[in-house]
Amino acid sequence: MGKRRNDIIMLGFSLVLFALLQGAISAKLIGSFWTLNLTLIGINIILAVSLNLINGYTGQFSLGHAGFMAVGAYVGVVLTTNFHVPFIIALLAGGAAAGVLGCLIGLPTLRLRGDYLAIATLGLGEIIRIVIMNIEYVGGAAGFKGIPHHTNFAWVFFVMLFTLFFIKNFVNSAHGRACIAIRENEIAAEAMGVNTTKYKVTAFTLGAAFAGVAGGLFAHCFYLISPNSFTFMQSFNYLIMVVLGGLGSITGSIAGAFFVTFISAALANWPEFRMIIFALMLILLMFYRPQGLFGYIELTNFKIFDKIFRRKEARQ
Amino acid sequence: MDFSQQFFQQMINGISLGSIYALIALGYTMIYGIIKLINFAHGDIYMVGAYIGFFAITQAQIHIFPAILISMVVTGILGILVERLAYKPLRHAPRISVLITAIGVSFFLEYTSMYFVSPTPRTFPAMLGGVSIHVGELVINGQQLTILGVTILLMAILTYVVQKTKIGKAMRAASFDTETAELMGVNADRVISFTFCIGSALAAAAGVMVGMYYNSIDPLMGIMPGLKAFVAAVLGGIGILPGAVVGGLILGIIEALVSGFISSTFRDAAAFAILILVLLIKPSGIFGKNTREKV
Repeated sequence: MGKRRNDIIMLGFSLVLFALLQGAISAKLIGSFWTLNLTLIGINIILAVSLNLINGYTGQFSLGHAGFMAVGAYVGVVLTTNFHVPFIIALLAGGAAAGVLGCLIGLPTLRLRGDYLAIATLGLGEIIRIVIMNIEYVGGAAGFKGIPHHTNFAWVFFVMLFTLFFIKNFVNSAHGRACIAIRENEIAAEAMGVNTTKYKVTAFTLGAAFAGVAGGLFAHCFYLISPNSFTFMQSFNYLIMVVLGGLGSITGSIAGAFFVTFISAALANWPEFRMIIFALMLILLMFYRPQGLFGYIELTNFKIFDKIFRRKEARQ
Repeated sequence: MDFSQQFFQQMINGISLGSIYALIALGYTMIYGIIKLINFAHGDIYMVGAYIGFFAITQAQIHIFPAILISMVVTGILGILVERLAYKPLRHAPRISVLITAIGVSFFLEYTSMYFVSPTPRTFPAMLGGVSIHVGELVINGQQLTILGVTILLMAILTYVVQKTKIGKAMRAASFDTETAELMGVNADRVISFTFCIGSALAAAAGVMVGMYYNSIDPLMGIMPGLKAFVAAVLGGIGILPGAVVGGLILGIIEALVSGFISSTFRDAAAFAILILVLLIKPSGIFGKNTREKV
């Protein structure tokens, strides 16, 4: 009962936030540069939260997220530009393609552990990118041109909202608890009857599918996309967001995505400084707060939230 | 040139490239052997080595061999510093934390260097261009000869250090079982620092020689060779020194053949495909023994 009400409260808050931001954008209070960045923050939240499902909740250290994003982006733009498919179907198709690929890649590679898995997924992400680079149909290394500009803030916001609720519900379900058990101790989880392969592949597939959808949204922000937008540096970017916010906290991923995108936009003219700051933050974080800024805590676990909530309950 | 000639020429190119990978992979494998860390920053240490060599040659006007030596000494110290400052505080932390720190250190080295030396690539002065050996139609140029000579020399020194000296014995002991080695009186911190020092020095030598070979260096040049050297180390069996050398050579040859006969855009994909195949078929590598994980 309490959980449902939590959901409704959060949904209400989100809609108010959306109304405020959309109003500000429509009234031109926010310039086009920051509107684009708000859109990018939304897309990055989807990517960070979906990566968190793999890296944070299931404990499988993946560094290939940009590869799945690329698959979603390219499938999406081919469908909208060459076949004039409605945007929503293109997004779903991109997500499905990335998900299928994630499942195919996940089945063999998820046997690997820890740092080996990290390098293998990084390599697979790069292989996806290089293969796309060699397909003439999608423009090869020069990139895909003439993409219709479908993505706007509203699209991104509602897809993001759906992603957040989906992943939140997933990690709070029996499936999610199985994933967390795998993170805590894979061998013990297996001994307790958790089908570790199944849940690892499920988490990986879901994460990849959402990355694909985010890739579709990302691609339709711009006139041109090229394979160079999806290098492993991009995967590292999402990793920074997730690690910064906390491996295993959705609130953390949102904060991380917001913070990283914001800093990147603010320091756009000094790219070196931006990366030096992120590098130092990663190192210091691992020294003093390895669980990330939020650790395993969610916004809804905070005392203040509880207090507001209890008071309402007492009144009724 | 007919097919067999082209094949052998690509083999020569592959062996030169493979020697570079082997030098970097040795550092990876030694560090992994002792503290079980994929030192993501290793490729960037190689980049720093290349820049030190570059400045030694252009500013101090010295020959390539003393430049390699200077670069190895300075970078060796850098390796110790990185270990002391970034990895030592995390000696007992979970491995993923250390891995993330290594990614952080890697970014830090890349972008601080970029700040100081500017992101534009620098042209490495041409060296030893005149020297070359002709075997029939095949050409082995001066740079390739230098790479082969220096690599063989450094490997001989490394083998001597690891097999015959006291610190080498300590390294082998620590890599076999750090805790037991400590109980036997081995100072593990010193051994780890020493390992980082040698590994970084080898990477620096590789960096200077790559600058000489390809004539161009830039602050992000270390990322790809770093990852590929890791692939080489895994291919040979991580933690095993001859494995790193064999893995590096195999990887270099395969890459040269792929770029010579298929397409140079698939070079990087080939390396990663090898990694994934090795991890799936024999994760312990060519020379590795299978170990089972226990609770």
